[in-house]
Amino acid sequence: MAVGKEIKEQITSVKSTQKITSAMEKVAVSKMRRAQMRMQESRPYADKIRDVIGHLANATSEYRHRYLQDREIKRVGYIVVSSDRGLCGGLNNNLFKRVAQQSKEWKNKGVEVDFCAIGSKAGLFFNSFGGNVVASQSHLGDAPELASLIGAVKVMLDAFDSGRIDRLFIMHNRFVNTMTQSPEAVQLLPLKAQQDDSLKHHWDYIYEPDAKEILEGLLVRYVESQVYQGVIENNACEQAARMLAMKNATDNAGGMIKDLNLLYNKARQAAITQEISEIVSGAAAV
Amino acid sequence: MAITVHCDIVSAEENLFSGLVERVVASGVLGDLGIEPGHAALLTPLKPGPVRIVKQNGEEEVVYVSGGYLEVQPNTVTVLADTAVRASDIDEAAAMEAKKHAEQAIENQGADFDYSRALTQLAEAAAQLRTIQQIRAKLGKH
Repeated sequence: MAVGKEIKEQITSVKSTQKITSAMEKVAVSKMRRAQMRMQESRPYADKIRDVIGHLANATSEYRHRYLQDREIKRVGYIVVSSDRGLCGGLNNNLFKRVAQQSKEWKNKGVEVDFCAIGSKAGLFFNSFGGNVVASQSHLGDAPELASLIGAVKVMLDAFDSGRIDRLFIMHNRFVNTMTQSPEAVQLLPLKAQQDDSLKHHWDYIYEPDAKEILEGLLVRYVESQVYQGVIENNACEQAARMLAMKNATDNAGGMIKDLNLLYNKARQAAITQEISEIVSGAAAV
Repeated sequence: MAITVHCDIVSAEENLFSGLVERVVASGVLGDLGIEPGHAALLTPLKPGPVRIVKQNGEEEVVYVSGGYLEVQPNTVTVLADTAVRASDIDEAAAMEAKKHAEQAIENQGADFDYSRALTQLAEAAAQLRTIQQIRAKLGKH
């Protein structure tokens, strides 16, 4: 029964792989729920800041902050958000394909592109893809903190301030639902002007100490919170994609075990039949 | 029943408080502020420190914020809390670190990533040390 033993071993190994993938799937499900919760919790902050900035921009219309002004594009910046770990299907690859496509489009227009890589997969991608990576940040964990993003964002904001880049985008996966995640580029700077009638108030704030300083600080925080939201959303996408990938892997392992079992039984049957026919023919010869 | 105003304390990472309050006491950059219902519209940065809230039933709650902004509107008070202590030199150090990380990733292509991580942690520790030294020097002067 040498053949049978080999198949049996293979079945055991596939079974243990299946156990791992199904455990990973369950972990991804619970992590995805938490990531979705974080996604919702970070929204009020960004919404509130957007309201205040909208009001400030209207109230201090004689002062146009550089983050609100459009200028000629010579170089653009991309913050590319990826996951730290693999085994999440085509999530990162789809994103990187989009990055490559967009950077090609800009280059065709004669515009240079700078990158900021967030997540270790993005770092690895740019190693092979090339491109001018000016800042990178990885190992953010399952619960990324805003504090760990400040540095990378500041590099890009400084580049915008100094006029090195004229537009800043963030590229991350948008969480459509558990089954679907799609890469998306959002323009961070300059901020798109809002045409909202509800913001045309008749009143104004008392500023302590100065409206310009407050606007400056709020704009920086707004951009940071947008990047943070992108990272959180990408994290939720990562978990959802991993959940799906691991579910598929578990199902495939199940199919493989079924096939192998059939093969094993057939081999066993064949061995028994062969043995019987050997005995019968042996008896007939006597 | 006392007059109340709606108050939200939000940070980029979570919602810290939401509900009706009788009074909010926070430390603004120009001094401590007490906000009661009916306060004029106001916008000010906050210093790192506690924000004390007196809730509807007189119960008090203290939320620590590491800086942020306080916005007062006729019927709402909003605290936009920072999640990290912000100082230009600390931000600068973080930016340097992010740059360094990028340079290292280019230099050690395919190399062990834990090595680069250890280096960034070292850079982080050095940055913190520098901040502490600066604070000490400042305290020594006064």
